[in-house]
Amino acid sequence: MIVGEQKDIEEIVEMLDREEFKSLLIVGCGTCVTVSMAGGEREVNSLAEVLRLYYKNKDKDVTINTDTVKRQCDFEFVDKLEEEINNNDIVLSLACGVGVQHLVERYPDKIVLPGLNTSFYGANIDNGIMAERCIGCGECVLDKYFGICPVARCSKSLLNGPCGGSQDGKCEVDPEIDCAWELIYNRAKRIGKLDELIEYQPPKSWNSYRDGGPRKLTNEEYSS
Amino acid sequence: MAEYISNLEKRLKAGQFVVCSEMGPPIGADPNFIRKKAEKLKGYVDGVNVTDNQTAIVRMSSIAAAKIAADEGLEMIIQVTARDRNRIGIQSDILGASSLGLRNVLCLTGDHQIFGMDEEAKNVFDMDSVELIKTINDMVNKGILLNGKEMEVPPKMFIGGAANPFADPFEMQMIKMQKKVNAGVQFFQTQAIYNIEKFEYWMEEVRKLGLHEKSYILAGILPTRSVKALRMMKKHVAGMDVPEEIIERMEKADDRKAEGVKMAVETIERVKEIEGVSGVHLMPVAWEEITPIVIEKAGLYPRPEVD
Repeated sequence: MIVGEQKDIEEIVEMLDREEFKSLLIVGCGTCVTVSMAGGEREVNSLAEVLRLYYKNKDKDVTINTDTVKRQCDFEFVDKLEEEINNNDIVLSLACGVGVQHLVERYPDKIVLPGLNTSFYGANIDNGIMAERCIGCGECVLDKYFGICPVARCSKSLLNGPCGGSQDGKCEVDPEIDCAWELIYNRAKRIGKLDELIEYQPPKSWNSYRDGGPRKLTNEEYSS
Repeated sequence: MAEYISNLEKRLKAGQFVVCSEMGPPIGADPNFIRKKAEKLKGYVDGVNVTDNQTAIVRMSSIAAAKIAADEGLEMIIQVTARDRNRIGIQSDILGASSLGLRNVLCLTGDHQIFGMDEEAKNVFDMDSVELIKTINDMVNKGILLNGKEMEVPPKMFIGGAANPFADPFEMQMIKMQKKVNAGVQFFQTQAIYNIEKFEYWMEEVRKLGLHEKSYILAGILPTRSVKALRMMKKHVAGMDVPEEIIERMEKADDRKAEGVKMAVETIERVKEIEGVSGVHLMPVAWEEITPIVIEKAGLYPRPEVD
């Protein structure tokens, strides 16, 4: 899933203070960022409470409305917001960056502000702990590394082995980070494929990543 | 195009026990800083590394500093890390360095930018050290760039890499070392040795794989006079192995400078006896002036002639 983190309230308020409005719609997203506990219905409601208090203390007349759709990255759900969006002066989206831009695309006359920082593609590894697992490079190499991605999980994205800076299985960059190469090595040993790691891996093509320009995918079968 | 003679390669091929050292360029643009350092090393060493923005701190470029020192008569080893430049920048630098007459290159992954003063920098790592070695080897020996483009005048370089006898996981590090050899590395400079027993064990493994016959191995020596530095290296420098008795020995010493020199000389004498070690690489941190003294005391001065 896409993991997000809510921006600090100070930053949100600073963003909002740059705009002129009487009514604000906070829109949550019911998929990824709900799971990462950053932009679902619960977070939308608590942010709304905080902002109501903020404007009350400032003696400012602002109406705050809320809604959460299934997915902000899908017009099917975004279209359902039309009436509400028209009824409010500005919008604060608690979706990932994709959702924010999708709202802008559908409602080009409206100011839409981002309430989250889109962090990474990750997995829930423990209660409330999410960790990066993929960078969406567009050319999956997991077969070569027995299911552990050095591109996403090695701090230097090394393809031919560890850097010499890991200690006790932890990355030199941060002892909280597992050394990806230690994981790859252990996994290779476990499944009896250590000898395969001797194979030279050439520099990766980054053409399928965003180095080749913003990406677009067309599914011929379904595109009209 | 400058004439190609890597004196370092010549010496190693002739079977000399070589001595290399290291030089950190200034944070600034003063060429005399390099000239002064070069003056002190002249006649004592067979090759001098110039670090490439070591610990991710902006300094004069390795190639520029190496050229200044080479003009003073030193044999230079440029360092190239994959942290700051992509494949386009690195290959371009290799062509430039070769055309300036620089003859040796040490290929490194590079310290992560988090260790420097520009934590917010975008890290590149378009290539890793193995890919770097293979790419430069293909440029030199096949006359082609990474993209396959042929060059009329290819660069000439004696190609080095790093090896760490103390890094984890040991077996995986040996695999990586083999990959470097397969990629065309010609010499290795090792991480600094304080745990000589562990280094001896590592060399045993190196000999089992025959890597010492396919490359020259230069043992890393880090002279220091500081207990604090030893503690810092033990605790904070990943991939360094500083046994407690070394720290105790330095603590007890009346004259720490003399003890530091003595320790370095002892290590040199020990590694000299190990089969497959072709030389030493001295890399004092903030104590570069000690290099000639250590070399003299180790009986490695004057340096033999090279033809």
